[in-house]
Amino acid sequence: MSAAVGTRRTQERANPEAGLKHRLLGKNPLGLLFSAPYLVFVLAVFAAPVVYAVWIAFHDFFFAAPGADVSYPFVGFANFVYAFSNAQVVQSFGNVGVFLLINVPLTVVLSLLLASALNKVLHARVFLRVSFYLPYITASVALVGVWLFLFGGDGLVNNLLGPLAPNPSWLVNQGLAMPVIAVYVTWKQLGFYILLYLAALQNVPKDLYEQASTDGANAVRQFFSVTVPGVRPATLLVLLVSTVTGANLFTEPYLLTGGGPNGSSNTPVYLMYQLGVEQGLPDVASAIGLVLVVAVLVIAYLQNRFAGGRNE
Amino acid sequence: MPRTARGRRIAAVAVAAVTALALSACGGSRAGSPSLTSKGPITIWYSNNEQEVTWGKQMVKAWNADHPDQTVTAQEIPAGKTSEAVISAAITAGNAPCLVLNTAPFAVGQFEKQGGLVDLSRFPDGDSYIEGRSGAVADQYRSAVDGDFYQLPWKSNPVVIFLNEKLLAKAGVDPTDPSLGTYSGFLAAARKIVESGAAKVAIQPAPTNEFFQMNNDFFPLYAAASGGKQLIEDGRATFDDATGRQVADLWRTLYEEGLSSPEQYQGDAFADGYSAMAIVGPWAVSYYKDVDWAAIPVPTPDGMPVDDIHTFSDAKNIGMYTACQHKGTAWDLLKFATSEQQDAQFLDITGQMPIRPDLASTYQDYFSKHPEYGLFGSLATRTVEVPSGPNTVQEMQTFRNAWTSSVIFGNGSPADALASAAKTIDTLEAQP
Repeated sequence: MSAAVGTRRTQERANPEAGLKHRLLGKNPLGLLFSAPYLVFVLAVFAAPVVYAVWIAFHDFFFAAPGADVSYPFVGFANFVYAFSNAQVVQSFGNVGVFLLINVPLTVVLSLLLASALNKVLHARVFLRVSFYLPYITASVALVGVWLFLFGGDGLVNNLLGPLAPNPSWLVNQGLAMPVIAVYVTWKQLGFYILLYLAALQNVPKDLYEQASTDGANAVRQFFSVTVPGVRPATLLVLLVSTVTGANLFTEPYLLTGGGPNGSSNTPVYLMYQLGVEQGLPDVASAIGLVLVVAVLVIAYLQNRFAGGRNE
Repeated sequence: MPRTARGRRIAAVAVAAVTALALSACGGSRAGSPSLTSKGPITIWYSNNEQEVTWGKQMVKAWNADHPDQTVTAQEIPAGKTSEAVISAAITAGNAPCLVLNTAPFAVGQFEKQGGLVDLSRFPDGDSYIEGRSGAVADQYRSAVDGDFYQLPWKSNPVVIFLNEKLLAKAGVDPTDPSLGTYSGFLAAARKIVESGAAKVAIQPAPTNEFFQMNNDFFPLYAAASGGKQLIEDGRATFDDATGRQVADLWRTLYEEGLSSPEQYQGDAFADGYSAMAIVGPWAVSYYKDVDWAAIPVPTPDGMPVDDIHTFSDAKNIGMYTACQHKGTAWDLLKFATSEQQDAQFLDITGQMPIRPDLASTYQDYFSKHPEYGLFGSLATRTVEVPSGPNTVQEMQTFRNAWTSSVIFGNGSPADALASAAKTIDTLEAQP
């Protein structure tokens, strides 16, 4: 590798113009052309709002009419202090932590188990795969309606449980509201993660299972010694995606519990909506958003560090 | 530092700079015409409520017939999570219409702060027209910042209690019993309703945490019990007093004894017979056609003559927006739409109450033909509105958080919750 670099540097020294072009446009300049539309999309839709949000978070900002005589003075960390002096904001981060603690492990375990089972099923394979995928592609609003009827005070679940039904009922119980949401989201998203694992399972060499079987490993042993290590990159992806989507939880608490009872299912993103859109405090909402982004990045780094393994 | 890393950093700074430039260009100056006299075609938005659309169409048709050079294009407020979010976005984008005939008073302070609303008091006949049409009630719609009118008080939906006569009869409660107007009588009736099994709960306002839900439980009863006090007076919260605590205790008892449920009912509790009473406005007259109902004013601690009772207005007003290029036409249309004749049409078509001090006498014929609206007509002159400052929504959310925690879910004492909410609201009131 060092020889190749040395050769390229020698060429660059010989022809500095070609070297600059190479450094700016890379080996295949045409590639830039093909990736340009997506790059523009990412810059316009993701990067620009993030940069703008950072600016907003450090200023006394509100949305104003064009030409309105307003100023947005720099306020340092005042918006962060204001946000995190509010007990509800701190509580919302705790709530989403509870959500992730339930949702992420449950998602990884269930989707891997179900994908492994589906991979072995011969009969009704398509039907079963579609069945698991269906909740994922169905609008949350429709599914939430069903869950409200299931978990309402007079809902099916309580009727089945009879005297064992919790009091207060699921969605108005401070200890149960967030776990119910976590289970709901796990169930709804499971089809997508099963699909990821199914794809990963196709890449696990069959020989490994045969060798393990020859060595006397039973099905459980094969699962832990062959399947789990074999789908490790997919597990990392599932961990990352479920953490990122979970940290951005909004629709489900908004529709199922309204963030209640008593703020126990409120999430940072739901609060950002309330503060930024309803209460006219986009600067405080941006500050919360930035802290959330940093928190998710830290978690993602840790997941990558400890669950990612090495790709060599 | 490795060359590539430095290159990446330079590229990142460049991207940020370009983005910032692009964004500042987006926010460039494009103010609406400063003139208040300019005439020409304009656009207006109205509510998507079926009856209001019917009224709006006839109003615009009548205007356009007489003003071919100042035609009005009308449409329903575009769909969004809330009308206020849509209007706020339109203000920021600079494409708000000239008039929105569904501007919520709680949002007016924010819109004003955004520079989105035209100061109607700046029209030569602005104050005189508004005060002439709405009387003393108009005062509570003045800006908390400069005392001017940034909204025209248009129509109210005075809040009352609807009773399901069949369910009350089943529970052995007489809907005409005057003791229903007191807290003790109201609680006694509520207990009878639930104990008899006539309905699952006595009354079921939404127990959810949205800031505006206070208008469906606390505020109407506080307005009545306090003799028409506003939530904030002279920059301080008023509700942390004996009256506020009485109202909170009543609702706490209702939730504690299972006479109201802390769980949101999926459907219409009153129409489905899940509750025997409901807190509603005049819209309910046409909405609950299949229910045998009676209407009474909201209860007060010891009862009060009906003619002295105040209630929450649930008003929607008209705002003129700064993006409007022809404010002269917008002002003329605003006066046309709120003229005595158009108000008569509005009352007739929608059953909502134009904010006029002489409502009952001006539209005597209507109220004689529609006695079911009589109580609303009487209350319309004694309505109380939410505050009009820039932090109103934040203040209402503060109150609602305290309320749901203590009154609905029983965490801590309602008195402490009211005191804590009042303290926070006082701080918010002091902020610009």
